[in-house]
Amino acid sequence: MVLKNPEQTGARERELISDVQRGQHELFYELVRPYERRVFAAALAILRNEQDAEDVAQEAMLKALANIRQFRAEARFSTWLIQITVNEALMRRRRERTVAMEGLDGHRSGRGDEEQEYAPRDFADWREIPSEALERKEVRLKLAEALGTLDRKYREVFVLRDMEHLNIQETAEALGITVASVKTRLLRARLMLRDLLAAGWEQGWFSRLPFEKGNKPW
Amino acid sequence: MVANQKMLNCEQVWREISNYIDSDVDTALRSSMDEHFRTCKRCASVLAGTRNVVQLYGDERMLEVPAGFSQRLENRLVNRLVVNTASSGSRWSSWAAWLVPVAALALIAGGLKLANTLTFKHPVKSILAAPGHDIPPDMVVVVSAGSKLFHVPGCSFIRDKATERTLTAKEAIQDGYVPCSRCLRQYLKTGLSEHSGAELDAADDDAGGRPEEVVSVTGH
Repeated sequence: MVLKNPEQTGARERELISDVQRGQHELFYELVRPYERRVFAAALAILRNEQDAEDVAQEAMLKALANIRQFRAEARFSTWLIQITVNEALMRRRRERTVAMEGLDGHRSGRGDEEQEYAPRDFADWREIPSEALERKEVRLKLAEALGTLDRKYREVFVLRDMEHLNIQETAEALGITVASVKTRLLRARLMLRDLLAAGWEQGWFSRLPFEKGNKPW
Repeated sequence: MVANQKMLNCEQVWREISNYIDSDVDTALRSSMDEHFRTCKRCASVLAGTRNVVQLYGDERMLEVPAGFSQRLENRLVNRLVVNTASSGSRWSSWAAWLVPVAALALIAGGLKLANTLTFKHPVKSILAAPGHDIPPDMVVVVSAGSKLFHVPGCSFIRDKATERTLTAKEAIQDGYVPCSRCLRQYLKTGLSEHSGAELDAADDDAGGRPEEVVSVTGH
């Protein structure tokens, strides 16, 4: 995620934070608006259900507002917000987790998987999927679907690290796991997604897109 | 260094490929891996694909929210602000919060006491406050201030003749009046006839009746 003018955005954000901390709560939405999609994505990564994720995203925002005085300037506001969200989502899942869900996750990954090394399956020349492809809803949908097939421990780390852009340490803290676990899971998530995307080419996910070889519009 | 580079096999490269992308490998390992990627097409493909994954999913366009998400979030925040503003918002709110139930209890207690006082002064629910039976609805009756009884005009038990008012029995009953147990005795339940005249007198005399209950209330 590249902000258009980080310097300016940062200054405005610091201003908003201190205004809200001094009691101007009506400015809170302006403060969190740039992060609402990240907050939702973080909740969705953990809960998988859009309805629950939206609810948790709202709850997390309210919690952030209630605790805004505890925010310290040395932290990144976005990271603080994401960590609150992850915490809310994990609590919700602990509360509502069903036997069926656990069974599903357990069945798919199996114990000790994390320790076993994941070997890539597809070694054909990589066909690049350019960022422009993301303009297409069906591409975004396919990528989201692929992500959804990962076990939750890989999905969570991947979303926080590669989509929310938390660093390794922050990801570890948010999920309550070690830095080493974050690295192991992240590696695995990235390799699995790579294989899923490679398979996606074969299944024609991207084949009719204009960026296919010989038909590049740019 | 050259020896190290030769020692890296594909499995070792895959193990570090994520750290490599994150620039989280030391210089020696990085150059060994660079060398491996130059010579190994398989690993070069793994690297290209993994980078592609990181780049695609890291794009902000991948962060999608359901339709109406922003509006619902804003509404919820606004609602919370309204609630906060209405209930407190200032410094004394935290310690003042416990006053609310205390005040409520005090109000309830006071209300009960007041209600009791009123009830004992006006025992409309006494055995004498029984509804009549088969009273002709058009019969002309009289009511007066300070009593919930209605009477035949001229009844000697009308409480305050100065304020008496004439209406039909139907209207009196609709207004919550009950028949006088003396002048309209024939319309009351037969059970009532057992009560003595003295009891009836005391009951109709609202201000003076039931002294023991009045004491119990005012004794607090």
